[in-house]
Amino acid sequence: MSISREQVLHVAKLARLELRDDEVERLTGELGAILDAVSKVSELDLADVPPTSHPLELVNSLAEDVPHESLPVDDALRNAPSTEGNLFRVPPTS
Amino acid sequence: MSGVVDTLRLTAEEALALVERGDVSPAELHAAYLDAIGERDAELHAYLRTVEYDGATSIPIALKDVISTKGLETTAGSRILEGYVPVFDATVTSRCRQAGLSVLGKTNTDEFAMGSSTENSAYGPSRNPWDPARVPGGSGGGTAAAVSAGLAPWGLGSDTGGSVKQPSALCGNVGLRPTYGTVSRYGIVAFASSLDQVGPVAKTVRDVALLYRIVSGRDPADSTTVELSEPVELPTSERLDGLRVGVPRQAVALEAIEPGVRAAFHSSLALLGELGAELDECDLPLSFDYGMPCYYLIAPAEASSNLARYDGVRYGRRSDGATYRETVERTRDDGFGDEPKRRIMLGTYALSAGYYDAYYGQAQKVRTLLVREHAAAFERFDVLATPTSPTVAFPLGDKAADPLAMYACDLLTIPSCLAGLPGLSVPCGFSEGLPVGLQLVGPQFGENALFRAGHAVERALELDLVPERLR
Repeated sequence: MSISREQVLHVAKLARLELRDDEVERLTGELGAILDAVSKVSELDLADVPPTSHPLELVNSLAEDVPHESLPVDDALRNAPSTEGNLFRVPPTS
Repeated sequence: MSGVVDTLRLTAEEALALVERGDVSPAELHAAYLDAIGERDAELHAYLRTVEYDGATSIPIALKDVISTKGLETTAGSRILEGYVPVFDATVTSRCRQAGLSVLGKTNTDEFAMGSSTENSAYGPSRNPWDPARVPGGSGGGTAAAVSAGLAPWGLGSDTGGSVKQPSALCGNVGLRPTYGTVSRYGIVAFASSLDQVGPVAKTVRDVALLYRIVSGRDPADSTTVELSEPVELPTSERLDGLRVGVPRQAVALEAIEPGVRAAFHSSLALLGELGAELDECDLPLSFDYGMPCYYLIAPAEASSNLARYDGVRYGRRSDGATYRETVERTRDDGFGDEPKRRIMLGTYALSAGYYDAYYGQAQKVRTLLVREHAAAFERFDVLATPTSPTVAFPLGDKAADPLAMYACDLLTIPSCLAGLPGLSVPCGFSEGLPVGLQLVGPQFGENALFRAGHAVERALELDLVPERLR
């Protein structure tokens, strides 16, 4: 199982990672080796087996529908790299 | 101040007794630990930061740096969270504070708890108190090193595939990964949400049980939590009559288990028999062959989703770009280290269109089989026993360049994590002068049986678990 440089670049784009050239090269090799190892799961015929997404059999856990205190705006903004008024500030989208 | 109390051998129970009797004040005890940290932590680097005494009424505790502490920087061992100061406490932090515990500091971890040695911490590795040339295990190597070297009476870690159990084994501590859903994750930096659990690390099984009693139980802020089906019992019995212990044939057969680890494991099985337990072999045909591949699809897939939140907008560091997208991509490239990037890439790939069914979907089905084969084993047994780690603590740098070699450290801890089951690592001997851990796995909510078995083993062995070079 190998993964091409183009696939690595495509996945990096999906994952919003601006990889440097040396990282792309290293990851192409490493991901190929890891995918080789994990592809072992495809050896099993599991057509009739349901997936497990969660190890406990929980039904919906609902909260009481009553108002309670939430995070004050100042606190919510406290760790932001850039803010303006009550807003998070980011560069233009294009 | 270290004249007041020698922290090196002090268990949490002993420390609690000292405080209750008024022999030592909580402030003096906190200061004694800070003194010990001052003496020994320059070498070990168990802590990323420590804090002064804050008026708490009981004994101190160390918290892994993935656990949010209000007003105290919490980085998860990552540059991307450098300078991040939580505006709220994790539920486990609140519960510790309500119990009167004083937070001593935040302990080192592999970045985002991804690793088995703490070498992936962006702030430098921790070292093993038994031999500083070796790793303390990971990801919770900081908490384990701190407890082992008397730099905290006990601590909390988080365990996704072995991050509490494996470092406990490598440092000679007791560590519990509780049943999935019994301890709140509210305020824990998320790695893989269907696997992450918070767990205690301490010098004795009773200390671990006591801390588990403090932090466990349903939390309205974490909808995956449940109430314990029975109260936590502090173990007292030194006999194990009638306890049915299963030994998975496929685990024992693994070539990766070092001879010294194997020898210590077999003596502990003999000991369990002498204590009255009924031992028999059992089968977990898929767990040890397919557990690791299954885990390394599910955990990275969930991590790639959880780590999407680090975008340099709401918190954490930002690397500026000309546009929003460039800023996000640059922030993530600069902020994440190699291991999170590998897992984000692997997880994104496994979840991407055209590959989802073959990888993530298939891994979830394998997980079902692992759940089933464990359930079948627990029809015959109360506890399953294996070594915790295939090796003793290894030298720094040994596996750092080979991701797959590092992933193999968790070969024995991963299967029960995938099945959502509790596991306790208890010291069971030494190999090459380094501690070996016995892993005891129970059915869901089977913690009390694990405590009982672990306590009896601990009492029978009476190992000196203070690292030789510190005695």
